[in-house]
Formats: sequence, structure tokens, C-alpha cells
Amino acid sequence: MAPLGLVPARACAALFSPLLRPPRAVRARAVRSHSQVAGAVLTSQVKPDQKKSNFIIKTPKGTRDLSPQQMVVREKILDTVISCFKRHGAKRLDTPAFELKEMLTEKYGEDSMLIYDLKDQGGELLSLRYDLTVPFARYLAMNKLKKMKRYHVGKVWRRESPTIVQGRYREFCQCDFDIAGQFDPMIPDAECLKIICEILSGLQLGHFLIKVNDRRIIDGMFAACGVPENKFRAICSSIDKLDKMSWNDVRYEMVTKKSLAPEVADRIGEYIQRCGGVSLIEQLLQDPRLSQNKQILEGLEDMKLLFEYLTLFGIADKMSFDLSLARGLDYYTGVIYEAVLQTPSQTGEESLSMGSVAAGGRYDGLVGMFNPKGQKVPCVGLSIGVERIFSIVEQRMKVSDEKVRTTETQVFVATPQKNFLQERLKLIAELWNAGIKAEMLYKNNPKLLSQLHYCENTGIQLMVIIGEQEMKGGVIKLRSVASREEVAIKREHLVAEIQKRLSDS
Amino acid sequence: MAERAALEELVRLQGERVRTLKQQKAGTDQIEEEVAKLLKLKAQLGPDEGKQKFVLKTPKGTRDYSPRQMAVREKVFEVIIKCFKRHGAEVIDTPVFELKETLTGKYGEDSKLIYDLKDQGGELLSLRYDLTVPFARYLAMNKLTNIKRYHIAKVYRRDNPAMTRGRYREFYQCVSVGKLGNNRSSLKAAGSTFSSWYSKQPGFELSVNVYVHTEKESVQVEGQSPYLFLVNLAYGSVFSGGVSLVEQLLLDPKLSQNKQALEGLGDLKLLFEYLTLFGVANRISFDLSLARGLDYYTGVIYEAVLLQTPARAGEEPQGVGSVAAGGRYDGLVGMFDPKGRKVPCVGLSIGVERIFSIVEQRLEALEEKVRTTETQVLVASAQKKLLEERLKLASELWDAGIKAELLYRKNPKLLNQLQYCEETGIPLVAIIGEQELKDGVIKLRSVASREEVDIRREDLAEEIKKRTSQNLCIC
Repeated sequence: MAPLGLVPARACAALFSPLLRPPRAVRARAVRSHSQVAGAVLTSQVKPDQKKSNFIIKTPKGTRDLSPQQMVVREKILDTVISCFKRHGAKRLDTPAFELKEMLTEKYGEDSMLIYDLKDQGGELLSLRYDLTVPFARYLAMNKLKKMKRYHVGKVWRRESPTIVQGRYREFCQCDFDIAGQFDPMIPDAECLKIICEILSGLQLGHFLIKVNDRRIIDGMFAACGVPENKFRAICSSIDKLDKMSWNDVRYEMVTKKSLAPEVADRIGEYIQRCGGVSLIEQLLQDPRLSQNKQILEGLEDMKLLFEYLTLFGIADKMSFDLSLARGLDYYTGVIYEAVLQTPSQTGEESLSMGSVAAGGRYDGLVGMFNPKGQKVPCVGLSIGVERIFSIVEQRMKVSDEKVRTTETQVFVATPQKNFLQERLKLIAELWNAGIKAEMLYKNNPKLLSQLHYCENTGIQLMVIIGEQEMKGGVIKLRSVASREEVAIKREHLVAEIQKRLSDS
Repeated sequence: MAERAALEELVRLQGERVRTLKQQKAGTDQIEEEVAKLLKLKAQLGPDEGKQKFVLKTPKGTRDYSPRQMAVREKVFEVIIKCFKRHGAEVIDTPVFELKETLTGKYGEDSKLIYDLKDQGGELLSLRYDLTVPFARYLAMNKLTNIKRYHIAKVYRRDNPAMTRGRYREFYQCVSVGKLGNNRSSLKAAGSTFSSWYSKQPGFELSVNVYVHTEKESVQVEGQSPYLFLVNLAYGSVFSGGVSLVEQLLLDPKLSQNKQALEGLGDLKLLFEYLTLFGVANRISFDLSLARGLDYYTGVIYEAVLLQTPARAGEEPQGVGSVAAGGRYDGLVGMFDPKGRKVPCVGLSIGVERIFSIVEQRLEALEEKVRTTETQVLVASAQKKLLEERLKLASELWDAGIKAELLYRKNPKLLNQLQYCEETGIPLVAIIGEQELKDGVIKLRSVASREEVDIRREDLAEEIKKRTSQNLCIC
């Protein structure tokens, strides 16, 4: 069972057991408890030398607490995301925060150095999970599953270097949706894109665009332009910077830092800056250089099919086939996509560089890396960047000065008079038992004014007030905090009346 | 090369031998011996490219939650959170790891069970051991003196896992805590947390007993703490009890000399009064043997034990173990505050892992089917070449907020689609057909009754909503 802090047995147990004869029902537990009695005494003293160390209390670098206000915002966002996942029939999964270190090695390429390791304390070597995709692949392989549609909401950890990336957290929440299994082409891929659209629309973040590309098209294009195969990944990561750097800067990097022949770079340049819809696909299919490459043709045909489905889903206008899209992670094998917001919601948001708010793609080889028989389970999925969305929503609320309730309390139990604690306790218990969300002040004799203020500050809409007079008459006063109107209700009708008012509002 | 081939053949033969022995259910020792031989042979082969040497598993003491387990978990959390909200608690979240120094000196002997992170050149970090210390840190950091909050999250302890008894190294804690002005109010708060715990139980036929004891900082009385002193008293025959035991102890000549003991007993008496007003006193038992290990408790402590109603009449209720616990800890926040300002706190922690196991077992015993999705309708077609229509209809339904699925096949067989519904518990099927498309209708079929009716396309979403609002989708 989950350990709740009971101290392990100690030698002095023997001293005390004869003194106590517990009732039968708890005998087994009690035996262990006696020793804990002594143990507890010994450790219950607050050690004097542990007072006030000289450190500054804070959360670790790159992490933060979430206040009640922030939690309300987060829960709302997660609610929208999860409803969408459920709407598409996904089951929920959860995996441990850390994995065996070996599970995570060789899955993230250059990013591997950003993984948090746990200290070797004599047991297994462990690392905190870096994303939710690799654990998913591990789960599939471990349970020998060939098909699954799952969602996973959880925290992941990355030791981002703070000098390089501003405002990026080291602990953050991801919401992943993935479809694993061998199916007819592009149908699950299209549904993933539909989901991204539904979520971003549902969160009302304004206009967005989803860039789509395909790993086969990228690799094929590199090959057709003459990039040596051993430079593919390096050139890919340069291309990835096109959203932050100009083409000239990227070209410079490729030629000087990655030793790419300039004419090859120029050839890439002819294609890489193009984006569009189905017409672009047709153009490329006709291109003499590209159409020689089998990989590219495969990618383009699938892209065409994808766009057909996206049109049927009614979301093709939000898509852009963008040849400059190259996502960093090693494991993508097919279609890849990234959603970006198009209009900054408020001024002063430069610091929130409009990075992507959702991304994903197809990764057919990952599960095979875990499966000893090397059996493939093709997968496609998406990840919602809730932290970024969260920041945007928070900013927006700050500007509009929106107030958020951090509790859901419906009724406050009050009294203007002294010595009415017992009555309040009895009454509030009645309300709780009827499922009503109720609070009272933890004071013996609170002043009515402070009770009123409490309601106003925390947004509680109803108050029940008990006093001498009311008790004699068998009634309770029910008061609307907003309108300040009061009405006397008979005690036995109180719960019903409250429930009626709450369901009306 | 030939050597390698010969070696591989030996491995293959040995592998078969092991398999045969297992099939024949040979003795464990024998099997182990043969397996050891096999592993030795394999080791001689050397590393294989592309083949993994490790075993696919989660770390010791941790587990994945399958969709079924998640469904149970969500239901349990729903009940718990509803209760915390009913009592006006706010929710916070803290990082999974803290600075190592934040956790130092808070857990006594248990400190060796803390997971440390590797020193990778930055701050020294440790995974949180519970949710109470982070909460105290949060209070001190934000200079809060008054908050009622709950926090549900996983905590990490390098225990010796006993998976069979549900003891994990990574597990959930649900904590509800209030910081309040003085002792009396805290007793009320404690009382309200008890009633909250109790009132959340009605769905399960399990009764709850809560043991209450005061544990004060030690003060020497005749060379023993008053606590030991209490234990030492020959009240053995009345190990636990209600208010009457408290009364008895208050009258005891030795105890009534001790100021701290009197204070503790006095508080307990008051607590019992409040609990009576809350209507839960009959669930509470003052138990002298209750001791909680953690360093930081300073006052009332409690533990809830589930007593399972016996399967057969005449049997005694079995203690299933502790499912919730907590207490008062007035000194903890002061340990973080640079001026040592104290913020008294009281709280409770619910051991949900134990509850998950119990609920899971129960569902299995009742053979109750747990749905792992909430899908209301499957968009299907009996005829070929209707993928496009299915995609279009599914999209319409999703946009109308309906939970819908479709098979990822161009031309699935109707039988397979129906089977999928039965396996996953989807109650309705929306069947598209050429003729129906021309007529502007969709056939809506109930999976359970197999009845079909034609619904106009524009009315479909409404009809589905109507039909599924009567049924609850999960559990």
C-alpha cells in the first residue's frame, strides 16, 4: 500500500507489546504500531540545528508553482484539449515520470544531452522522460500491442540551457494524441490534423496555420539536389531555422559551417521557400529534377491524398504545404506538421516569439526499436504545447483584467451573533451531505461584516444566516450576495430552495 | 564465420530445450539452470546489431496505467476532487523536483528514501517525497498565512516495493490542507476534513474508522515523554475508544499533572464535540497506539482504516490497511521562513493507490465492464467506396460536439464495424448507404437492440445526443 510515513519497526517494540491488548480487529496492525510508538517519539522532536538554513527558498531553475488562479486557467485549457481527444475516441494512458535510462538513449539524437538523469543510488539507472512519445512506443512494445488510439496528458522534463532559450521551462505539460496501427494510408494522419484544428478553434486563440511537409519529401529533395546522405540530418537542422533566420543566413550556415557545396545549397533554395496547397503538389510532381526521385514521389502522392481528406474534413484552408518545415526529432518517417498562431493577440508579445502551439507527425520505426523481434507498429500523432497556450491566455487575461474564481463554493454559512458555532457546524454538515459546496469561517465568533467580505472576495453567491430570532421561528435567512436581498426560509425547505436557486442561475 | 553459425545453432537448440522444459512444467531449479546456460551461450555470441539486450519494463516500483486503470482512477479522483471543492479548497501545483536543500531535514529517517537527481552541473535536485513539504515551501515563498488547498500528484520514494501489496515507488497522494489561525479553528478544519472523507465513501460498502491521537513535542516527564507515559499507563484493556476514554484520561492523577497532556486531551475533547456536530463521531476512535513517523507533526494526528464488510456472516471485518492520514504540523512553514514565522497547518493525505486497487478488485469481482472511451457513435458504411462520405459525416458530428469514430479503412466490412462497437461499448452506429444518401437520411442503429431507424441528416446530431444522455458512458 502507499506508504504514509509509518516508521519501520524498532527494538523497543518488545518493551511495549505486553502492555497493550488491542481489539481483535486491529491486532495485526497494532503489533507493528507499538514499535512505531517508540520510534515516533524518538523522531518527533524537531531538531534544533535544522532551523533556518541560509538558502533562498525557491523552485528549481526552469520550474514554477502554479497558483490557484493559474490552475483555473490551466484546467480550462486542459478540459478543452481532453474533450477533443475523447471526442475522437482515444483512451487515456499514463506512464511513470522516469524510465530506465536505456529506454531513452538513441531516441532523441542531439537533444539527448538535455535529458535529466537520476543519481545512481545503487539501483537501476533512470532518467526523467523527455516526451510522451517514446514512453508510448515502449508501452506498445512491452504489451505487444499492434493497435491503439490513446491520449496522454503529463509533464515532461528537459534541461534546456537557459542562456540559449529564454522563457522556456524545464518542466512542462504536454498533451499527446497518437494512433498506432497499420491502416489505410493517410486517414489517421488526416484525423490528427482535424484534432489540432478543433482544439485551436475551441481555445479561441485567433487565426492559425498548420504547416505540413513530409520527411520523405525533405530527404528526397536533398538527394535530388545533391546533398550527401551523411549530411542529411545536419542540413535538416539548418533548414529548421528558417522560421527564425533568413534564407541567406541559413544558406551561409550550410555552406560555411556544414561544408555544403554552394550549388547544392542554391538548388535547395529553389524549392525550400515554397509553400502552398494542392497546386504546389502538382507543380512538384511535374518538376524534372524531383520527379526522378522515388521517395519524393511517394511523399507527394500521399500529400495529395492527405489534402483530399483534409478537404472532406473542411480544414484544407487552414493547411499550408510548406517545404521549409523540418522538425528536429530523429524519429519522424512520414508526414510532419506544425501549427502556428498568425496574429499576436496583444501588443507587447514579442517576448512570446510565436513558436508553434502544436506539432506532430508520422513515426513508423520507433516501436520497432523497442521490439526485440523488430516488428513494426506504424504510428502517427500530435502534441499540444499547452505551456505556450497558457502564457498567451494568461497575458490576455491580464490585459482584460478578467477575474477568475478559484473555488466553486456556492453557499456561505454565517451568523451575526456570538455563540452560534454549534449551529453553524450542524447546518454546514447538512449542506455538505446534500452535495452543496459550502464554507464557513473557522472562528468561534466572526463578525458579520467580515463574513460578507469573504463572500464578495471569493465570489460566493449565496449566504445562509442563522441568528437567535431565526432559530426561535424555525427559519434561516437566505441572502443573495450580489443583490443583498434576504428571504426567510423554513429550515426543512432550505436545502431544496438552495438547490433550486443554484440550478436557476 | 562457421564458428558463429555453430554457436547460433547451439543457442537455438538450448532455447528450444528451455521452452520444452517450461511446457512440461519442469522444476524451477532445472529451468533456471538451463536458462543460465542459454544466457551464457548468447553472451558468447556478442552484441547483436539492432537487437536490444535490456528487458522491456518500467523502472522497479513503478507501473503504467492502462486505459482501464485510468478509467478507474479518473472516477476515484472525480469523487475526491468533488469533495475537496465542496469544502471550498483551491488547487495548486508544484514541480516534481525540489532543490535538495528544501527537502533536507524534513523527513528524519525516511530521508534515505528520497530520489536524488544526478549532478549534471546545475542545482542539486531531488524528487518530491510528499506534497506537504512543497506546500509549506509554497506558503513561505508567497508569504501566505491563510489558504485551503488540495493537491493531487505523484510522489516518489525509494522504498522496497512490494507490488503485491500495492506498494509503489511512484504513487499518488491527494492532499487537502488548511492553514488556520489557532488551534480551535484547526480542530474544526480537521473535523471538516473528516466529514469530507466520510461523506465521500457512500458508494462503497466499507466503513471507516479514524484513529486520533495527539503527539506533542517531547517534554520530559519523569524521564519519559508524556506520550510514552500515556502508553505506559495500564489502560491496555481499553486500547481505543471514544470520548469516554478521553474523559477517563483527563481524570487520571498522573496525567492531569502534565500540562501538555492536558492540552492534548482537552483539544481532543473539543474535536470530538465538533465531530459530533458534523455527524461523524461514531466513525472516530481515539487510539493510543497511533503513531505517525514523519518528523513534522506537532498536534493531532489521524489515520483512516478501511474495514471491509465480511463476505460471510459471522466473520470479523478485516482491516485492509490505511487509506488516509494526516495531522497538524505547526512548525514546518517556520522552517522555511527566514524569520522563522510560524504558519500553523493541518491536513490530510489520501492514499489513492490503495483505493485504486480496491476498486479495481471490486469491479473484477462484479465482472463489471469498464469502458475506456466515451464514444457515442461509430460512423459506418456497408457498401464500398463510401470512405469520403464517412469522413464528411464524422467531421460534421465532431463539429457538433458528438463523440464519434470511424474505422481507418477504405472499405471495411459492416460486420467488423459492428464488432468494433461491441468490443469498445459504443452504443450507436450511423450507417451510410447509397440509397440513404440520395434520400438525405442516415440509418441510426442501436448496437444493443439492433433496431435501426432512418434519421434525417440534419437531425442526426440531436438524435444522438438525446439517445445518449440517458446512459452514462463510463462505468
